[in-house]
Amino acid sequence: MLQWLSQPWPWYVAGPLIGLTVPLLLLLGNKQFGISSSLRHVCAACFPAGIDFFKYDWKHEIWNLVFVAGLFLGGLLAATLLKNPEPIQIADATKLALSELGVQDFQHLLPSDIFGWEHILSAKGIVFFILGGFLVGFGTRYAGGCTSGHSIMGLSTFQLSSLVATIFFMVGGFITTHLLLPLFLN
Amino acid sequence: MLKAQDEFIEQACDAPNSQIKQEKGVAAYLKYLFAGLFFGVILVKGEIISWLRIQEMFRFQSFHMYGVIGSAIVVGAISVWVIRKFNVKTLAGEEVVIVKKPFQWGNVWGGLLFGLGWGITGACPGPLFAQIGSGSTFVIVTLLSAIAGTWTYGKFYKKLPH
Repeated sequence: MLQWLSQPWPWYVAGPLIGLTVPLLLLLGNKQFGISSSLRHVCAACFPAGIDFFKYDWKHEIWNLVFVAGLFLGGLLAATLLKNPEPIQIADATKLALSELGVQDFQHLLPSDIFGWEHILSAKGIVFFILGGFLVGFGTRYAGGCTSGHSIMGLSTFQLSSLVATIFFMVGGFITTHLLLPLFLN
Repeated sequence: MLKAQDEFIEQACDAPNSQIKQEKGVAAYLKYLFAGLFFGVILVKGEIISWLRIQEMFRFQSFHMYGVIGSAIVVGAISVWVIRKFNVKTLAGEEVVIVKKPFQWGNVWGGLLFGLGWGITGACPGPLFAQIGSGSTFVIVTLLSAIAGTWTYGKFYKKLPH
């Protein structure tokens, strides 16, 4: 059983289970699925600095912080008890395209040529950690949600704004992948 | 305009708690910890936290991520339909609320900026937490920067087009 669970899960297992998170949270306590809100609650709880945007009853939303704590534990469980001993299987075309950009590690979920403590203080680290993280936090709040809040919860409930947001998430990703990564990785 | 912005603040939270009954105590919150744990395991085992998988997606070289997101939406939509059709109540016996997300231009500009960041980090906010848990501790730096990004948005949102 454990061995079976330890293999990478195909999309038709992982996707439907992710979809079930929507009714799970609704039925557990009328919670709308979304994760980027947790970043806002952290700001409201720890660094409100008198800013209007962070003046709200964040304690009412503690469930969202508990949920992301669970996410952390889930990551821990999946990487220990359910660890996949095999390297990740990536499309050959992607390997080829990335190796032309200088990426050599295709064993790990996050290639060690870019991701790791040793890169944090380099120019690459500033782009991939600081700039990338900042855009994720700024952009999701500006967009009013992330992949979970818009692309899963929003699209599951047929919200036009979520369709617009999701299209632009993809446009941004295409721009990074095809125009910016060649600059960042060279 | 200002009123619209105030409404926007109220609605900007993409994951509001719509339950009327107050939840108190550790036991009440434990269920959300388990829900998060369930979701975190899927993100890692489905390899959705992988920068390489996200690269495959943005290069149209694998169906994996499209399959994940597409089937998640289908299952989510069917679930919501079932909840509405049979008027399924929450654990506390309340009517299920689906919060509307009205269109605002931030969906475009913010969406674009997040997309740029998604391509760089290979992670949306959920995977950031799961990556840290799965042992990529350096992602704490990315997470702190994301919190700083959210804070900066909160500081300047009134000056941004919505």
